Amino acid sequence: MRRIFRGLIQRPLTEPAPAPDDAALAELAQRVDMAARRTLGRSLSIREVDAGSCNGCELEIHALNNAFYDLERFGLRFVASPRHADVLLVTGPVTRNMRMALERTWRATPDPKWVVAVGECAVDGGLFAGSDAVVGGVSAVVPVDLHIRGCPPTPLAMLQGLLALLSVSASG
Amino acid sequence: MSLTWITGGSDKIEGCAPWPRFIVNDGAWLRAGDGLRDGRIALLGFWGERDAVHLALSNPALDTISVITRLCPDRRFPSIAASFSPASRLERTIGDLWGVFADGSPDPRPWLDHGCWPAAPAGVNPPRDASAPYPFLAVEGESLHQIPVGPVHAGIIEPGHFRFTASGETIVRLEERLGYVHKGIERLMQGAEIDTGARLAGRISGDSTVAYAIAFARAVESASGTVVPPRAHWLRALMAEMERIANHLGDVGAICNDAAFAAMLAPCAVLREHVLRTAGLCFGHRLMMDKVVPGGVAVDLGSDSIAAIKTLVSEIRQHLPDLIHLYDNTTSLQDRTVRTGVLRPDFAAFFGCGGPIGRASGRAVDVRRRPGYPPYDELSFDVIERQDGDVNARVWVRIEEIKQSLALISQILSRPPVGKTMTALAAPPASGGEGLALIEGFRGDIMVWVRLRADGKIDRCHPRDPSWFQWPLLEAVIEGNIVADFPLCNKSFNCSYCGHDL
Ligand code: SF4
Repeated sequence: MRRIFRGLIQRPLTEPAPAPDDAALAELAQRVDMAARRTLGRSLSIREVDAGSCNGCELEIHALNNAFYDLERFGLRFVASPRHADVLLVTGPVTRNMRMALERTWRATPDPKWVVAVGECAVDGGLFAGSDAVVGGVSAVVPVDLHIRGCPPTPLAMLQGLLALLSVSASG
Repeated sequence: MSLTWITGGSDKIEGCAPWPRFIVNDGAWLRAGDGLRDGRIALLGFWGERDAVHLALSNPALDTISVITRLCPDRRFPSIAASFSPASRLERTIGDLWGVFADGSPDPRPWLDHGCWPAAPAGVNPPRDASAPYPFLAVEGESLHQIPVGPVHAGIIEPGHFRFTASGETIVRLEERLGYVHKGIERLMQGAEIDTGARLAGRISGDSTVAYAIAFARAVESASGTVVPPRAHWLRALMAEMERIANHLGDVGAICNDAAFAAMLAPCAVLREHVLRTAGLCFGHRLMMDKVVPGGVAVDLGSDSIAAIKTLVSEIRQHLPDLIHLYDNTTSLQDRTVRTGVLRPDFAAFFGCGGPIGRASGRAVDVRRRPGYPPYDELSFDVIERQDGDVNARVWVRIEEIKQSLALISQILSRPPVGKTMTALAAPPASGGEGLALIEGFRGDIMVWVRLRADGKIDRCHPRDPSWFQWPLLEAVIEGNIVADFPLCNKSFNCSYCGHDL
């Protein structure tokens, strides 16, 4: 109770007037917010698909939900089913064992949809390219609209990527 | 107690460090199976190659370790799983990856091979038929129904398949099917340069990247006889403890969140983010990937970094009591975690289950302490242990371990050795060299075995994730619980998918 009460009266952790090193985040936050509203009204639903990652990318995708990045404030939220999703956020070099699951997830996502490939692995297989147990990058299996590089990309890089996606789809 | 009752009279291979490897006959091989079943020895690893299978064994307290090898010129060996069921999935994997099969195996089904590979990786198995259904174990009884879940789950989580058989709400049986993120890491390592091998090792399970990098580096250093400067050991431990804290914080928050108590997730995630930001600042990578390398560490610590980590430690110390208070005084939360998903101590011991899961069920094994590795022999810390084995116990072990790690970091920062952080790798012996390493990751003991060629490249490497001995136990603890408690049990285990699938 003590904590909940304190939570109610305290300033939220999400930084409206951020510390200097968070200037980039704040600016980005505003731009993502504007772009999201222009494109989608108020919300964009993201379904994350791990198609063979080392789980490093997942850790940073999780971080997008913490109080610093707080993705939901832009109306961007992670959903439980591809049927609810506008965006598939796909990580990993697609393994042969995950290929079919990724294809099916993609087919289950209603149009219009975007696919964002997250991490070096998702670009072209990364360090795992050439293994006979992986297919390669995400675009070898489903059409990709955007790549966000990094191993893993930082949460800031991911926000930047999502912003780019929103701006392009707004103008297109 | 030594393992000579298994290895006595066997041929010892030259060049294996720091623990010996023996070529054994069937008598010794089967004695190992019996010893595992009776609990006189513990299984550390079980892996194959084209013409041999290897077992890494220890006594239960983990102070005597040996590897035994059974040559398989005819590509068959006597099943260990026939007497010791925890070896079953490992045996199935050896068949999938190396085309070497266990005679008398209780479960001949493939494990990592889902019938999607163009050919079996060793090129010796014919490709499997992808359209053949995977036969799940039969469960019979009145009014039972099946719930298939995954490989794509509802959350941001790795892929795996869970087949529940339930009677109403109550789970009668869970069967796991894994292997979805198999990337062929062992094959990629074969013939690779050590640098490439180290980068691959750091991506076997991204959340344990530091622990894996240390395990790989130590195995390579043992194989080549390289002596690492003391400062490198201390910096490795610093990164490893930061990784442990970050993961434990994440787990504690996530477990409570799966009990629908988000009030715990938010502050834990904030503290976790602080750890990652500090790591990014001090080491140049939020997860500290590729910072531990064979020969030492790739980064040094300046006074700014020391100050930043000290601030981090005091900040976590300041907030932790609040979180503990919140956890300890929320009865609705305790209602979900106490006596849920109980792992019996005898099961944990039988499977050689490590990490917080094992320690929450009375198996007080921590390889930082025994067999031990530097610098932990010079640092003081407690191995946390509980007997109750439920979700609550696993939460508490993690909380207490965060405190231990904070204390370790303070000790490390107070007196790090000065000097170099890196040394060139020694050339391996002309006949090649072999090294084995055991490192305590946040999930438990990680084993890496490596054999180097004379030219310094990797001949063969086998990394073994703690999850191998934890995943099967999740099937056991879930029985009799309700379906809604599965996420809670699963999260409190937090096994690695990619570390297991390789
Ligand atoms: S890009 Fe890097 S962090 Fe992401 S899945 Fe691949 S190896 Fe892991």
